[in-house]
This record gives sequence, structure tokens and C-alpha cells, in this order.
Amino acid sequence: MNPPPSSSPTSGSPPVELQSPPLDRRSLDLRRRIVETLDAGGRGHLGAAFSLVEILRVVYDDVLRFRAEEPEWPGRDRFILSKGHGCLALYVLLAEKGFFPDRELGRFCHFDGLLGGHPEVVVPGVEASTGSLGHGLSIGVGFALAARLRGEDWRTYVVLGDGESQEGSVWEAAMAAAKHRLESLTVLVDANQLQSYGPTREVLDLEPMAEKWRAFGFHTVELDGHDVAALRRALQARPESDRPTALICRTVKGKGIARCELEPTWHHKSRLSADTVRELLEALA
Amino acid sequence: MRKTALNAVHELARRDPRVVFLGSDLGPGTLDAMKAEMPERFFMEGVAEANLIGMAAGLALEGFIPYVNTIATFLTRRCFDQLVIDACLHRAPIRLIANGGGFVYAPLGPTHQAIEDLAILRAVPNMTIVAPADADEMTRLMPLTLDHPGPLYIRLGKGHDPIVSDPEVPFEIGRGLTLRRGDAALLMSTGITLGRVLDAADRLAERGLPCEVLHLPTVKPLDEDAVLEAASRVKLAITVEEHSVIGGLGGAVAEVLAESGAPCRLRRVGIPDVFAERYGSQAQLLDHFGITADAIAEAVLGAHGQ
Repeated sequence: MNPPPSSSPTSGSPPVELQSPPLDRRSLDLRRRIVETLDAGGRGHLGAAFSLVEILRVVYDDVLRFRAEEPEWPGRDRFILSKGHGCLALYVLLAEKGFFPDRELGRFCHFDGLLGGHPEVVVPGVEASTGSLGHGLSIGVGFALAARLRGEDWRTYVVLGDGESQEGSVWEAAMAAAKHRLESLTVLVDANQLQSYGPTREVLDLEPMAEKWRAFGFHTVELDGHDVAALRRALQARPESDRPTALICRTVKGKGIARCELEPTWHHKSRLSADTVRELLEALA
Repeated sequence: MRKTALNAVHELARRDPRVVFLGSDLGPGTLDAMKAEMPERFFMEGVAEANLIGMAAGLALEGFIPYVNTIATFLTRRCFDQLVIDACLHRAPIRLIANGGGFVYAPLGPTHQAIEDLAILRAVPNMTIVAPADADEMTRLMPLTLDHPGPLYIRLGKGHDPIVSDPEVPFEIGRGLTLRRGDAALLMSTGITLGRVLDAADRLAERGLPCEVLHLPTVKPLDEDAVLEAASRVKLAITVEEHSVIGGLGGAVAEVLAESGAPCRLRRVGIPDVFAERYGSQAQLLDHFGITADAIAEAVLGAHGQ
């Protein structure tokens, strides 16, 4: 018998086609703040922040219980951005909600600034320092166990990237979450289809992603991660009583500006010219 | 030493509701009594050390005090990034109980021998590293671990190690313990090498060469004042450890002495920069690499022209 043909580097899963509704004013404004913050810092992960905007705005607008003026309020829900390089989207939302003054965005990555290129716990509203991928879900499992041990009803939300999910530790943590039946834990995968080098399906394919999370014991829902109404419905649905939840949010890296979408060179940018910044802001007008 | 440490965890858990225990895939029966008494605070989480440390960090950030136990190599090398980020960067009060420091697992080969654990952990900010000499010293250490700030690494010996520590010398994390007085040489130990150092010191004293013995169960933060004070009174200082000569106790002392301009010569007795190529027992490998009372005594005798 002949061996099966070896797989070519581009033989992974097909790209996910989305029929997302057009971005509304709030989504465009948040992206403009991200561009301005990136420009202030002289660098930043643009694509990874843009794919996250709708996920994070729904989490902070409609789901998470928090008190910005009392960031350590014990009854708050815990939120971990495990894909820490998406921090620009988190920072603009935390500033908007009042966790720290807006002016901190203008000092992004500055020597004396509060906000660095990955989130750290010194920033009000940040529960875990992330940036090295594959850490946040384990910490979230610890949080959810702590809530259970103390009989408290707050929930834990962890946002992972799809590229990040190539880390074995993500699946170690997934097994632990299922073993402990952590119904208070929700994982959101920002499945934006692209990692630093290129398409995730080519570098190290993660599909079928939803089947993987189901097999690992999660109540799993797939949805359009740029559809605000769909995100709201999924996040506000009553969680299953005996297992954690995984929301596979299908997104587009760089979503919102055509030249950045699914374009690897927009994963991280530094020293954008004034003209480029103006063009990006105009594209989001 | 291990049994003493784990029983102490159970005792601490009885006293303090913040204490939880996490293991990876330990032997059957480990802490059964604690598991029966407080099952909700006993976690056995499988062969997934990266997750184990992250989980422990999450619990610690929420106010619990997790004691994490597995084999030293897997507790350090396997999950080093989690130790650096989740434990040390967050100053999470995790207690790492590391089975089998050095050559304890001699017959199992280099995959199970922790010969660089002190070096790699010493390089990480906020980490405290302690290697008690015996079960009695472990008994004195464990109550102090409860409220120690930040992550703490506790290196265990083989078990049933001879009791050589001195109950009259108060134990304190971060303090060097002076166990013999003398000026023929300064002998410094950490962990179970204290036994070999005391043996050498007793033999040398009989030959008219009393040595200062400074036991340093805390490798980080090193008691630099004690090292420098003792070193100022001798011409030869010797560190003795069941660890690579690179980066452990010998490395730490060398850094302190070199920068202080101390006039004494330093000799590091430890594992040379190689993986063990033989099996046998812990004692055989220690002998093989010259981590012995004989070698220590000969070095001092040689320095005194004998």
C-alpha cells in the first residue's frame, strides 16, 4: 500500500469566513483609542488588540461585575487577559471605565508610564501579569477554586488566543478545570486565525477547535466574535451547572481596517509614521 | 525530612484555613490523613506541573497559602516559566516542597537529579531558597513558612538523614547558623552536607585545626554579613553542597567574597559541571565527586602544610 501523501505546509483547516455585522460607532471609537495609544507608545500589538475589541467591550459593558474605584472589591468577577499582547484593547476599556486616568494611555510604554507592552498587576483592574503565553488559564483555575473554597459567587473569565492555545499548558489547565467542574469559569478564545508568523492553520493547526474544548470537558459554544449581540447572548446565558464554559469567538486579526486584516505584518508595529497613523484613524472614522 | 515536612503541612492546615496542599502525581497514601480530614484543601493534580504552579499562584493571589510538592527536577526545570512569572513576578506566597535535592534519586539517573535547582532559582527575583540539614531542622523551619512573604523553595534530602543540626541554635529564614568556632578554615554547608562538614571539622579539631562551621540553610537571601564576618578571620573558606559548583552556595559565596575583597581563598566542593554517568546510591555519587569529609579535611590540612 502506498503511504498517504504527506501534508503540505498549507494543508490545514480552511480559513473561517465570517458574516459579522458592520462595526458600530463604539467599536470604531475603541479602535481609534487603540491606534492613538499605540502611537503614544511608539509600538504595540495592533492586530491582536483589534480582534479582541468586541469581546472585551461586551465583557466590560454587560457582564463583568467590578468597581473601578475599588479594584480589589472582593465580590468582583475576575478577568484575565491570558493573551497579554492584546493589552491595548484592555487598556482603553479600563481607562474608559475609570480604573486609571485617560492620560496614562498617552504614556503607554514610557519609562515612567503605568502601562507596559503586556498587562501587569500593578495596573488597577489587572488580576494577573501575562505576556508569556499559556499561563492565564491555570491562574484562572486557581481563582475559581478559591471562590469555591470560600463559598463566594464571583466568576472568572479568561481570554486566550488561538496561537496561544498551541501551548501545552493551556490543555493541562483545561483538564484541571474540567476535573474540578468549575462552572464559575468561562474561557473565551479569540480565534483570530493568525499568529506572528502566519495563519495558525499553517503554523500549527488547532482545528477542530470547538471539538477539542468539548472533548476536554467544556460546555462549548462557537460564535462570531465581532457580533456584539451574539457575544452578549452567549455571555449572559446561564452557565452549565457542572462544567466550565468555552466560547470559541471566531474573529479576524486586525479587524476594522482592511489593510490590517489577516495581515501578519500588522501583528506588531513600531514607529508608525504620522501619515500612517492619520490613515489608520481615517479608516476608522 | 519529607514526611516531617508533609506532616507539618497538615498541622499548619489545621491551624490556618488558608493552607492548601497540591501535589502532582505523588506516591499512594501521601497525606491521606489530611485528605480525609479536609478533602477540599487537598489537591492531586496529575503530571502537569506547569498547570500545578499556575493553579497554586491563582490560589495564592486569592489569599490561600499553597504548599506544592513533587520531585525537585519537575518542580523547577519543568515549570520554570511558571515559577518566574506566576510565582515570583506576582510575589505569590507559594511553598515549593522539592523531593530529592541533589543525588537523592541517584539510581534513577540525571533526569531525576536536581543538581542545578539552587542556581536557576537563585537567579529569579523574590524567590527564597532553603535547604535544611535534617528532619529536626525541617521541624524548626516549617512553622516559619506560613507567613513568609513571597515564594519559598524548600529542598528536601533523602529521608532518614542523620540528625546533625543543633536545636540550641535558633533557626531563622535568612540567617547563617554558626555551629563550630575556629580559625583554621571556614567551612560552609547547606542541606545535608552539614553532616560531612561537621565530621571534617571534628577530625580537624582533633588534629589541632579547629574550624569555623557556618551552616547556611538559606541559600537566598544569603546571610552575607555572617559569611563576611567569618571569612575575615580565616585564610581558607570552603563551601560544600550537593549541587553544581556553578551558581549554588559556592557561587553565591564566591560573589560575596569577590566583591568584598576578602583576603581568604575560596574552594568550592560540589558537583563538577557534568551529569552523573553512574548510578548506585546518593552516598556513592557524593563520594565519587569528592563531596566528602575526607576531601574537606584534606583541603584544610593541605592549606596548613600537613
